Amino acid sequence: MPEVQSQVREITFAEAVREALAEEMRRDPRVFIMGEDVAEAGTPFKVLSGLVEEFGTSRVVDTPISEAGFTGVGVGAAMTGLRPVVDIMFGDFITLTMDQMVNQAAKVHYMSGGKWKVPMVMRTTLGAARRSAAQHSQSLHAWFSHVPGLKVVMPSTPYDAKGLLKTAIRDDNPVIFFEDKMSYKLKGPVPSEEYTIPLGVADIKREGSDITLVGTSSMVQLALEAAALLEEADVSAEVVDPRTTWPLDEHTLIESVKKTSRAIVMDEGYGRYGVAAELAATIAEGAFHYLDGPVQRMGAMHVPIPFSPPLEDATLPTANMIFEAAMKLCGRS
Amino acid sequence: MYIGEEAIAVGVCEALRREDYITSTHRGHGHCLAKGASPKLMFAELLGKEAGYCRGKGGSMHIADPATGNLGANAIVGGSVGIATGAALSAKTLKTGQVAVCFFGEGALGQGVLYECFNLAQLWKLPVMYVCENNMYNEYTHFSETTAGDIPSRAAAFGIKADTVDGQDVRAVFAAAATLADRARRGDGPAFLLCETYRYRGHHVGDINREYYRSKKEEQQWLAENDPIRNFSAWLKAQKLADAASLSTIDAELKVEMDEAMKFAIAAPYPSTDQVDQDVYA
Repeated sequence: MPEVQSQVREITFAEAVREALAEEMRRDPRVFIMGEDVAEAGTPFKVLSGLVEEFGTSRVVDTPISEAGFTGVGVGAAMTGLRPVVDIMFGDFITLTMDQMVNQAAKVHYMSGGKWKVPMVMRTTLGAARRSAAQHSQSLHAWFSHVPGLKVVMPSTPYDAKGLLKTAIRDDNPVIFFEDKMSYKLKGPVPSEEYTIPLGVADIKREGSDITLVGTSSMVQLALEAAALLEEADVSAEVVDPRTTWPLDEHTLIESVKKTSRAIVMDEGYGRYGVAAELAATIAEGAFHYLDGPVQRMGAMHVPIPFSPPLEDATLPTANMIFEAAMKLCGRS
Repeated sequence: MYIGEEAIAVGVCEALRREDYITSTHRGHGHCLAKGASPKLMFAELLGKEAGYCRGKGGSMHIADPATGNLGANAIVGGSVGIATGAALSAKTLKTGQVAVCFFGEGALGQGVLYECFNLAQLWKLPVMYVCENNMYNEYTHFSETTAGDIPSRAAAFGIKADTVDGQDVRAVFAAAATLADRARRGDGPAFLLCETYRYRGHHVGDINREYYRSKKEEQQWLAENDPIRNFSAWLKAQKLADAASLSTIDAELKVEMDEAMKFAIAAPYPSTDQVDQDVYA
């Protein structure tokens, strides 16, 4: 037997997602993909390119444009021996699947007293800045994070995307996996050998001591950019990525803020009643006596996402906005 | 709950195997029993007891039982259409030979997901039977006020085999269901079976004064002329397959079984409150 060499390659976020799916489909014949234009087209983002050639149309299944219908079919298939990965092309379209996810998938295990399980993954997208206007740009992960019985995963790097998706597929619960559209071309190191990442474990993307920048999904890269700017101003920022909104690694968030005494929470969903609000409350409850100032939220402006480029850009936080807010919180402005 | 509609659940489930799947509705006690559930465990679930099918967490509207292929009763109108269609996809993919039956009331004809699933099931030739129990009332509204066109034609438009049967005639329901189940099992695709029936009682326990949406005369007429149990008993007697004495014996035995089940359920303990946050996740 040749010795297996551990290799770390640079691959894109999209390639990482594709590798995770291919590996899990090779490992477990019950895993299959279902969605609109997933087969020969490989989705509009080409994330699934090549999978139908390897696995055939019985395991990479094109559906009609019926999000509620095929999501419901996924729930039933998951209950009866298959492990579907349901593809919802844009995160905005999850609204069409809400009864299937919230009243069916999320409730089946509890309502049956633990007798039926729904081992299903829904892959979908989030994120603005693609000039796609109000119905193709939303980040609606808070809606699913609100519902007991669902798990919600929000990877920010190729490494996390691969490891978390493999875990999500092996999980016996309905898991919604949100991919930032703007991150598909992001490159990062991914080992060639098998690995998985548990759900509910945050990752400290950068260590620091003066302020904690909590970022999810698309906001992690922005937080890292802001941290680099802050370093030039002699402010040491720690960047924490929860990676999953549920289960949530409350411990890592709270311990980081106990160390730094300041926190800004960034999430591309709407700040009001959103994931950023929940993370901020978690920090406020768990680290109140350590805080030197209020926990701040940054997210999408509370408007529908507009088309016009300068208008759309105005709805999103920038690294400079984070930098300025952090400087102010640190008493440096 | 299901009084007046018994012939549908019995006729359809008699045509199924124990391992075949069903999904049921908020009016689902009949489906549950006809598929082979234990009255004791069902009554215990109705009362929210630990011994119930769902350990008290589902209640009357959500009984589920993997041992009899019961994927669960659903309190969203049309809510289980996707689940039943998905179970049929599993049966076809895994080549298990199972059939999935989706029971729903005529009120579900107003839900869009039904037609999405009709389309998927016929495209993929899935072994699923959509059994529509038309008891004539969408809650408190006559179905003619909510339902345009011809009902079986809706399924037929997708190329789905669609039949209509007298839902008060258990023999007719069984014959139709057996034909459609065999057809589905052979790989010939989904079917739609419209069963004409009547809900004797109110939509729910508090629905007592019903005169504003239907007359007492109408109710009494169905009860007198179209009761599925009485009509089947008469047929058995006419065919000399049973006499009055043997039918009385069956009635008496069933009464004892139900009384015992109720006593069991009443005496059974509630779940301990520390169960409340168990089973949220598998």
